[in-house]
Amino acid sequence: MSGTIVDSAVFPNQTNTMAADISGQMLDLDEDDDLEVFSKQATRGSAFEFEEEEASDFKDIFVTVDNPESHITAIETFITYRVLTKTTRSEFDNSEYEVRRRYQDFLWLKGKLEEAHPTLIVHPLPEKFVVKGMVERFNGDFIETRKNALHRFLNRVADHPILSCSEDFKVFLTAQVWELASYKKQGPGLLSRMGETVRAVANSVRGVKNRPEEFTAMQLYVEAFSNKISSLDKVTQRIVKEQKEYLGELKEFGPIYTLWSGSEEELVGPLKGVAGCIERCCKETEEQVNQLSDTLVPTLHEYVLCSESLKAVLRRRDNIQAEFEAKNEALATKKVDQDALKEETDRLEDRVEWANSALKGDWGRWQRCMRGDLKSAFITTAQKNIDYYEKCQAVWETFLLSQRMDGSEDAEKDDSS
Amino acid sequence: MRNTAGTIIMAEAVHEEPARIGGGKLTDTEIENNKNNTMVEQSSTLLRRLEISVAEAEKRTGKNTVNMQETFTVYLIETRPIDAITDGHNPAPDSLWRRYSEFELLRNYLLVTYPFIVVPPLPEKRAEFVWHKLSADNLDPDFVERRRVGLENFLLRVASHSVLSNDKILYHFLTEEHEWKEVVYETGFQAKADSRIKALSATFRVKNPDKRFTEMRHYSDELQSITSQLLRVRARVADRLYGVYKVHGNYGRVFSEWSAIEKEMGDGLQSAGHHMDAYAASVDDILEEEEHYADQLKEYLFYAEALRAVCRKHELIQYELETASSDLVSKKHQREELATGMVRTFSFKGMTNKLFGQEAPEQREARLGLLEEQIVEGEETVKEKTSECQEYVKDAWVDIQRFKEQKDRDLREALVSYAVMQISMCKKGIQVWTNAKECFQKM
Repeated sequence: MSGTIVDSAVFPNQTNTMAADISGQMLDLDEDDDLEVFSKQATRGSAFEFEEEEASDFKDIFVTVDNPESHITAIETFITYRVLTKTTRSEFDNSEYEVRRRYQDFLWLKGKLEEAHPTLIVHPLPEKFVVKGMVERFNGDFIETRKNALHRFLNRVADHPILSCSEDFKVFLTAQVWELASYKKQGPGLLSRMGETVRAVANSVRGVKNRPEEFTAMQLYVEAFSNKISSLDKVTQRIVKEQKEYLGELKEFGPIYTLWSGSEEELVGPLKGVAGCIERCCKETEEQVNQLSDTLVPTLHEYVLCSESLKAVLRRRDNIQAEFEAKNEALATKKVDQDALKEETDRLEDRVEWANSALKGDWGRWQRCMRGDLKSAFITTAQKNIDYYEKCQAVWETFLLSQRMDGSEDAEKDDSS
Repeated sequence: MRNTAGTIIMAEAVHEEPARIGGGKLTDTEIENNKNNTMVEQSSTLLRRLEISVAEAEKRTGKNTVNMQETFTVYLIETRPIDAITDGHNPAPDSLWRRYSEFELLRNYLLVTYPFIVVPPLPEKRAEFVWHKLSADNLDPDFVERRRVGLENFLLRVASHSVLSNDKILYHFLTEEHEWKEVVYETGFQAKADSRIKALSATFRVKNPDKRFTEMRHYSDELQSITSQLLRVRARVADRLYGVYKVHGNYGRVFSEWSAIEKEMGDGLQSAGHHMDAYAASVDDILEEEEHYADQLKEYLFYAEALRAVCRKHELIQYELETASSDLVSKKHQREELATGMVRTFSFKGMTNKLFGQEAPEQREARLGLLEEQIVEGEETVKEKTSECQEYVKDAWVDIQRFKEQKDRDLREALVSYAVMQISMCKKGIQVWTNAKECFQKM
C-alpha cells in the first residue's frame, strides 16, 4: 500500500498517511492550475472530487454509536457511548473494535482533526450544553438526540477521504480508555497550543489583504446559507410547536362525542364513530410530529452548526493567508535575515496554497453532502405527510362507509314497516 | 284541542289562502294526520305552496328608537307561488326587507302562541365560539352571509311545520312589509307570555309531572351542555389548525430566498416553495367549510333551549292544575268545617271562634254562600286545567317526537358531512405534499 507522506516539518501535528484506495478514485482532477506546481500535493488536492456513489461502493469502514450508559463516580456523573467499528482497512490490526467514549472524547477528536486540517470541513458535533439548563443533560430524549448526532459525526469522518486516515481517528476508534487517555497527553503542550491561538488572533486582527475572489464568494454564500438554514430551523421548530398544540386540542375533541353518545339513542353509532376517527387521527398526528422532531429538526439543526463550522474554516483560511502576507511584507521591508525570512515566507506560501486547495476540494464534497442530506430530509418529511393524510383519509372513509350501510339498512326497515 | 288562539288562526288561515291544494276546512283528524306526516308529506304546509328564500342582505342606516343614527342589516325575503312556477312561467318573486329584530319578534310570537311546539331557533344574535381569524363583528360580511343562510333555514323550517306553517302572522311576515309589527302586537301575545320566574318556580314545585317530560328536560340540558362544549373545543381546534397551516407559508418564503443562492437545488426549492404557499393558503377554504358544520351544531344548541321551554310549559300547566286542585280541596274542607262546625284542621277562624265565641248565623250563611260559589268556580277551573293539561301533553308529545326524528336525521347528516370535509382536507394535503415531494426530488 503506497501513500504520500506529508512533510511533517510543514505541518508539525500531521501524522496521517494516505490510504491507497483513495488514489484509485481520483476521477475528476481539479482544473486549478496552481495544483500543478505543488505536485506532492496534487493527488491530495484532487482527491475530494469523486462522486458520492463511488464512495459508498468503496466504503470499507463502518462505525456505529449506540448504547448510552451512565457512569457515576465520586467526582461526576457522565454518559458513555459504545463505538463499534468494522473495517477491512489494513492499517487497523483487527477487523472489529468496540470501545466506550464520552462526549469529551468526541470533542478532543474534532479538535485534533481541525488542528491538522484547518481548512477541511469537519462535520459539527452536537452542542455541548442544552441552553436551558444543565439538569436536562441527562434527559432521555437529549441523550438519544446526542447519540444520533455523534453517530452522524463519526460517519462523516469515516466517509471523508482525508479525515478518515487520521491517526487520531484511528486511535479514537480502537484505543481502550486508559490508552486513549495517555495518547491524548502527547503532542504539543498547552503553551505551544496557546501560542498558536495568540498568533491566530493577531492575524485575524490584521486581516487578510488579497483574498481570492472565490473565497469571498464562498463567504457570501456561507452567510446567506447560514441565514436561510437558521430560518428553516426556526420555522420547523415552530411547526412542531403548533402541531403539538393542535394535537392537544384534538385530544379533547373526540371524547366529547363519546360523552354525547351517552345521551342519545339513534345517534350512538355515528357519534362513537366520529369519536373513534378523531382518536385515530390523533395517533397519526402524534406520529407525524415525532417524525418531524426525529428527522427534519436534527438535520436542519446540524446544518445550522455546519454553517458555523464553515465560517470558522473560512476564518482559518484567512488567518493562514494573513500570516503569509505579514511575513511577506516583513520580507520586503526588513534588510536583515533575508535568507531565513525567505525560507519562512516560502513555507507560509506553501501552506496557503495547500489550505486553499484543501478547502476548494472539500467545498464541492460538502455541498454534495449538504444537498443529499437536506433533500433526503425534506423528501422523508413530505412522504410522512402524505402517509399521514392517507391514513386519516382511510379512517374517515371507513366511517362514511359504515354510515351509508346503516342508512341503507334503515331504509329497508322503513320499507318493511 | 290546542289553545284557542291557535284554533282561530287556523280557521282564518283556511279562509285567506285561495291557492291551497285541497281547499276547505281541515277536520280534526286531518290536522292530526298532518302533524304525524310532516316528514313524509308537506301537502298542507306553506312551503308546498310557496317558494321562500332569504336572497340578499344589505346595510342600511337609520334612526333608532332613541333617535340616534345606527347601521343595521336588512334581509331580502323573496316568495313565489309554486303553482305559478310549475305552470311553466317564471314570475318575478314578491319581496320585502326585514331586519333581524323582526325575525325575533316573529319567533317570540310563535313561542307564546304555540307553546307545545319546539319552535325552530334563529341564527345567533352575536357571533360566539369565535376563533381568532373569525370576526365577532355583526357587520362582518362573512357573519352576515352565514346569518342570511340561518334566517332562510329558519323560515323554511317554520313554513314546513304542519302547525306553524298555517299561522296567519307568519304569512303576513312573508308577504306584507308594512304594518306587520302593529298586527303582531295587536294579537296581544306579549300579555300571554309566561313570566320566567313563574315558569322556573313551577319546575321546582310541581309534584307529579309527566315523567317523559322530566326526562326530556334533562335531555335538553345535556344536549345544550354537550353542543356548547363541542363548539368551544371545535373553535380551538380550528384555531390551532390555522396556525399549523399558516406557518408552512414561511417555508415558501425561505425556500424562495434560499433557491437564489443555490445552483442545482434552486429550481426544486423554488417550486417546492410555491407548494408550501399553496398549502398555507388552503386552510382558509377548509375552515370556511367547517363553519357550516359549526352552524349545524349551533342550531341544535338553540333547539335544546326550545325543547326545554316546551317541557317547562308542561310543568307549569301541571303545577297550575295541582294548585287549582289543592285550592279546591282546601275550599271544600273549609265548607265542611263551616257546615258541620267541626274543626278538621287548625284555622284562624276556628281559634277566634273559640276565643271570642261563634259568629252570628247570618255571617256564617254569607261565608258559606261565598265558599259554595268559589267551589263551583274551582271545580270549573280544575276541569279546564285538567283538559288543558291533557291536551298539552298530547300535542306537545307529538311535536317532541317529530323533533326527535328531525334531530336524529339532521345530526347524523351533519356528522357525515363533517367526515366528508375531513376527507376533502386529507385529499388536498396529499396532493400538495405529493407535489412538494416531486420538487424536493428535483433538488
